[in-house]
Amino acid sequence: MPLLNTLPDYVLTTKTDELLNWMRKSSIWYMLFGLACCAIELMHTGGPRADIDRFGATPRASARQSDLMIVAGTLTLKMALRTRLLYDQMPDPKYVISMGSCASCGGLFQLAYSVCDGVDKILPVDVYVPGCPPRPEALTEGLLKLQEKIMTERWLVRSSNGAANGKQVAVA
Amino acid sequence: MESIQILERIKAKFGERVLEFSDKQPDPFAVVDPKSIVEIGRFLRDDPELAMDCLSNESGVDYKDRVEVVYHLFSYGKRHGTVLKVKLPRENPSVATLEGVWKSANWMEREIFDLLGVNFEGHSDMRRILMPEDWVGYPLRKDFVEPAEYHGISTVRESPIIRLETKKK
Repeated sequence: MPLLNTLPDYVLTTKTDELLNWMRKSSIWYMLFGLACCAIELMHTGGPRADIDRFGATPRASARQSDLMIVAGTLTLKMALRTRLLYDQMPDPKYVISMGSCASCGGLFQLAYSVCDGVDKILPVDVYVPGCPPRPEALTEGLLKLQEKIMTERWLVRSSNGAANGKQVAVA
Repeated sequence: MESIQILERIKAKFGERVLEFSDKQPDPFAVVDPKSIVEIGRFLRDDPELAMDCLSNESGVDYKDRVEVVYHLFSYGKRHGTVLKVKLPRENPSVATLEGVWKSANWMEREIFDLLGVNFEGHSDMRRILMPEDWVGYPLRKDFVEPAEYHGISTVRESPIIRLETKKK
């Protein structure tokens, strides 16, 4: 690599995709969207102790400014239609974290008449975070998984099937 | 005043219109004629010795052969409370609203309408309060069958646990 060695110290080289992905993963703005008790843990995750602000994730009050929707809590059928509307209002590229058992599969309330058992019935979910509710550490882990996923995206090459990143991740 | 004494006062005042009477502790109750519930409510509120200024809870129960509306009353000044019930037919149950007596009845009656389908005559805003406005059926009725889908969202999720249970049977 003769070229690399000739460059001064302050010049870094990288791939375009990686630069784009690095910039995007470092400012995942999430929508303030709490549906039930998981919202309390979501608030803690944004608070000073877990502080996902250090990963560039900061809460936004509007769907139109958000990259990430954290579905935190039990999704009722009544709310499901509105959640879909909010998701449609978010600009691309957008991501969804399903937080807690209720958002993932209906959880404790999946047999109730009013509950939509799983947000993946109405939205594509990127990361599932299990727990009832998940601790702030678990949600932070979910965010890191999402960052890993964002780093694998390729923007310069158009994939044949359109959806380049259909793979879903579960936090263990 | 004890709950039972309050009920005895109602019985003395309204006589025939108190249909049933139970002194079973801890919650004695009286089943009253649905037609005179407003009158009885007003008496309980305005009588200076009873002074029931709070309708602390109003709820409904489906007993398969009838629907009951239950009123839990309380007096902040006198520190006493009591329970009234109204029995209604299961087909098109309807009873006069108590909104004019206790304002707090408004939302509780909407909830009973939403979940059990009891119509409250004279209510100012008889709409669903919890379920979506286009929901069909009353979920807390014993014969309510969950619809297979709502706006294209299926209400069934394949669960390994449920599959095991059906195999056992």
